[in-house]
Amino acid sequence: MSKLVPVPSRGMVPERDVESPPVLETIHLGVDFGGLVAVDKFNIVIGKTEISGLIGPNGAGKTTVFNLLTNVYKPTRGTVILGDKDISGMSTRQVCRAGMARTFQNIRLFKDMTVAENVMVGLHHDIKYHTPGAVFRLPSFWRGEKYAKNKALEMLSIFNMQDMGDLKAGGLPYGAQRRLEIVRALATKPMILLLDEPAAGMNPSETAELMENIVKIRDTYQIAILLIEHDMKLVMGICEGIAVLNYGRIIAKGTPAEIASNPLVIEAYLGKKEA
Amino acid sequence: MKKTAKKLPMWLRYLINTVLFVALLLSSTAFINSGSVSPYHTKVIILCGINMILALALNLATGYLGQLPLGHAGFMALGAYSSAIFMRYITAMPGVSASAIFPLGVLLGGVIAAFIGFLIGIPALRLKGDYLAIITLGFGEIIRVVLLNIDDVLGFKFTYGAASLKNIPKTTNFFNTFLCVSLTAYIIHTVMKSRHGRAILAIRDNEIAAEACGINTVYYKTFGFTLSAFFTGVAGALYAGYLGVISPGAFGFMKSIEILVTVVLGGMGSMLGSIISATVLTALPEVLRAFSQYRMIAYSLLLIIVMIFKPSGLMGNYDFSLSTLLGKLGGRTGKSAVPEKEGEDNE
Repeated sequence: MSKLVPVPSRGMVPERDVESPPVLETIHLGVDFGGLVAVDKFNIVIGKTEISGLIGPNGAGKTTVFNLLTNVYKPTRGTVILGDKDISGMSTRQVCRAGMARTFQNIRLFKDMTVAENVMVGLHHDIKYHTPGAVFRLPSFWRGEKYAKNKALEMLSIFNMQDMGDLKAGGLPYGAQRRLEIVRALATKPMILLLDEPAAGMNPSETAELMENIVKIRDTYQIAILLIEHDMKLVMGICEGIAVLNYGRIIAKGTPAEIASNPLVIEAYLGKKEA
Repeated sequence: MKKTAKKLPMWLRYLINTVLFVALLLSSTAFINSGSVSPYHTKVIILCGINMILALALNLATGYLGQLPLGHAGFMALGAYSSAIFMRYITAMPGVSASAIFPLGVLLGGVIAAFIGFLIGIPALRLKGDYLAIITLGFGEIIRVVLLNIDDVLGFKFTYGAASLKNIPKTTNFFNTFLCVSLTAYIIHTVMKSRHGRAILAIRDNEIAAEACGINTVYYKTFGFTLSAFFTGVAGALYAGYLGVISPGAFGFMKSIEILVTVVLGGMGSMLGSIISATVLTALPEVLRAFSQYRMIAYSLLLIIVMIFKPSGLMGNYDFSLSTLLGKLGGRTGKSAVPEKEGEDNE
């Protein structure tokens, strides 16, 4: 499994593992908000089926990075390469179609729709029938809907939520809403899944279960996962590579063990030692 | 939901709905035509039907798509004028039966309104909330003013401006109004209960998340808006055939507000609500005709009371499904039947 490869120096493209090309690569990605440099020189390489973490203190720009990757914010500079496609400048929808799905820090479910319908929105492009098919209720419609419903329930079963299909999404408990958002993102058939604080607000046992499930998702769907998380137990437990962000810049990259002992990271989190 | 409960097979539900629809259509038409309903009451019923279509169409844009357009009177005017002009010219030809050609006029009204709605929707739907309301309001007024003055500018008699367009064949009757209401309800229902409908609802609930799920939000917003404009145009065409005389003044800003009030009162996102509320708000002024000096007060009071005690509207976002009702009565749990007759929607 390839690792997050360190960037040698400014202006140079990160090293590539030629054997297994990375699924996501960013080159000097950055954004300015007015005069403020929110993210700068963001370079990461994520291998196929790799689980990587993006950590950093509050306000470091982690969610901004997600928004740059999915083009919710337009990057001021830099390139994003997904698979073998340059996706910089694509719209959020095109990025999703190209194979990058995400969840949101503040949950964004379709609250008035049922759990199954939420997943079926994710399956939108997987169902093939057109408006006349829907209006005249042609066989293609029934086939498509049946397939979508079954597929949605099948995907919900990852989190053991297949019995909740007919419940209103807005009425689910918090943890289940987070899990549903992951399933919805998975339904778009991504190559890489971006999870924004998937364990936020979960209790320790829920978090432990989530960790298992994230690994299970990776193994079942053979996709890469990039996650933002504050729960160090989760990050250190499942991530194969970690990047640490502070003030919009990557200050360290490496394996969990390397990160945990990196003085720069300790300084960013705990502050400088008194002289 | 119990999984063991038996479900009515889908074809049976369709059959029941179709049979009920045809039976209701024929029996009510026969009843109206038998002379036991006075022409005055028939007129009120037809007006109810036209307002139902207007409410259903706006409900698609407001309740389902989550946008707030205020220019629907303009689309209604487009439908009314294009159908009226078409009907006037076509019936001037010898050997053309007005009532036989009327469906074409209605369709033309809808298509022209949809086309203009599409053109307006492309720039307008980039805006949200109040801004969209203001820009559609502006476009609605533009349509009205153009219809008012186009004859003076072009120099030939076309819309007759403020003098109003007269001698439109009065082809709107109970039968074709009922048919149009049913078709509107059926098409909106089937579209909403499909992947397209889910995309539209997803945009209403959370546009950013919909976009992140790969939904083409621009496409679906334009699609929903255009469909809404189409049905509004159909209602306008029926209105022209109902009155026989139309003038641009009838399609002002207040008409748009009136439709919006109907939708809000019925409950945004409830087709049943739109239908009930259109009936109530059309019939109420007529029922209260005896107390004519007080009826606007009663009308306003009704609105205030509903908004205080049920801000989500009469029906909230509840919708009616025949098979769910039958299922409850018969101890079955049925879902997602496709009703076709007036006044019934999904679960």
